[in-house]
Amino acid sequence: MDWTALGLSLQLAGWTVIALLPVAVFGGRFLAYRSFGAKGLIETLVMLPLVLPPTVLGYYLLVAFGRNSPLGAFWQEMFGQPLAFSFPGLVLASIIFNLPFAIQPAQRGFEAVPIAVREAAQCCGMSPLRSLWQVELPLAWPGLMTAMVLAFAHTLGEFGIVLMVGGSIPGRTRTIAIAIYDRVQAFDNSAAATMSAVLVAISLVTIAATYWLSARVGRRLG
Amino acid sequence: MALEVTLQAAGPIPLDLAFRVEPGQLLALVGHSGAGKTTVLRTVAGLWRPENGRVAVAGSIWLDSASGVNLPPHRRRVGVVFQDFALFPHLTAAQNVASAMLHMPKAERRAEAERMLGLANLHGLADRLPAQLSGGQQQRVALARALARCPDVLLLDEPFSAVDRATRERLHAEIIGLRAHLAMPVILVTHDVNEAQLLADRLVVIEKGRMVAEGVTGRVMSDPVALRALGLREAGATIAARIVAHEADGLTRLETSAGPLLLPRLDGVPGTWVRVRIMAHEVILARQAPQGLSALNILPGTVIEVKPGDGPGAFVQLRLGRDTILARVTRRSAQALGLAPGVDCFAILKSMAVACDQVGAGTDPADPDP
Repeated sequence: MDWTALGLSLQLAGWTVIALLPVAVFGGRFLAYRSFGAKGLIETLVMLPLVLPPTVLGYYLLVAFGRNSPLGAFWQEMFGQPLAFSFPGLVLASIIFNLPFAIQPAQRGFEAVPIAVREAAQCCGMSPLRSLWQVELPLAWPGLMTAMVLAFAHTLGEFGIVLMVGGSIPGRTRTIAIAIYDRVQAFDNSAAATMSAVLVAISLVTIAATYWLSARVGRRLG
Repeated sequence: MALEVTLQAAGPIPLDLAFRVEPGQLLALVGHSGAGKTTVLRTVAGLWRPENGRVAVAGSIWLDSASGVNLPPHRRRVGVVFQDFALFPHLTAAQNVASAMLHMPKAERRAEAERMLGLANLHGLADRLPAQLSGGQQQRVALARALARCPDVLLLDEPFSAVDRATRERLHAEIIGLRAHLAMPVILVTHDVNEAQLLADRLVVIEKGRMVAEGVTGRVMSDPVALRALGLREAGATIAARIVAHEADGLTRLETSAGPLLLPRLDGVPGTWVRVRIMAHEVILARQAPQGLSALNILPGTVIEVKPGDGPGAFVQLRLGRDTILARVTRRSAQALGLAPGVDCFAILKSMAVACDQVGAGTDPADPDP
């Protein structure tokens, strides 16, 4: 059992969720409430990581993070180390490939807030920010919760992109999914089995917890 | 403190209207669905912006497209009761009401919200979620929330359409009771002419976004142009009456300024003042007091005006005591009876022609300030 890899995976998933929460709130809300010309295009782009083979997305991310790209060069300049094959690079890649998992459910969550209820909030004297905090977030919460759980679970399980962008550097970019592959390659089946079982257990618990919480909210609001 | 509204827009519904509501006055915007009534209300609330418009309340300007002023809804002191109430489903009744009290110190909101719920006959329901309340109770919470902001204007968007008839009649009576305490202009949007006539001081009739009539309720309801827009069968007038007694055979005896009136059993103790809506097409006119007639109500009156319509009908406006009613008869009858201004005649009204929802709470017409 590679505890370092598990810790790294949990850290990666944690940072991804923290970074994606505001993106999901404001991006999902924007797409839910506004209609504009390029909306279809943006929705398509957001969904793209869902259908692209992980190796394709991983390849493009690797190119974008490389020393010869503007982003890679900027990162090297700012922090004195390359973005590719680093933990921050993994977090950035993880944010990008999780966009559909975060924005879609959040958008559905905000769409479920009736327009009359939002207008009522305004007519009660609430500023847009107060309305977001007191009315929209509590009502869109099941969608946001789903978004965050999906992003968390999906980060734990992502293999192709992580391998392309991060390589498999122990303690830095070797996540549990990669460690499992690594163990299988080394014919260490018992370690692979343990780690797989741990991953299944974590995923089950997170998803069960979300369902339970959503059902509780659903019952309350009837 | 009056509300002044003018607006013009080309779409989605072409709009062109202007009106004014005095403080304490209830103005009903009536018209068929799709006529643009709700859009007018949304313009006042700031939820919709017309191409050209001006909304001014109590000297402060909420919207003036000429000078580019357009305050967002949360900066306009409006209270709105939405059609489906739009209560916050995750907040209790008290929290819903308190959420509109942002102008008050946080510590005082809860007590004030409970006081307002008490005024709305919702004692003991403060901690219920909207889903645990009946339609009528939700409507009262919505009204309490709208008033919680101490609004400069109260807007009611079809507020009685989502509740059953019995609840609606009770809520009508409550609104009339509440009227005495409301110092702000009130706009009621409704497609129900009966409701508008029983509740409103003034009417604005809208047809396809255009204002076809505006004025005191009684006058608009006898205006042929307004009636063409509302439907001729909606023509009618309200008269003030006082309940005298409930009789053993199921009728209620009332007293009007022109004489007694018998109607099917009404709620209310003797002495209660009501407004009775008499539909124009239900009134029969006679030059002599008829004999051997099944109709129980025969009231003497004088013709004020005869307005022939485009078709076979004519509207006859009659003075009955201190009230004015409207009768819709054929032009042929009007001619045969020699109906003309100043002619005395009798108005005949079947008791059974007045449904209980055509009777609303009223006030003593002799009392100038109820």
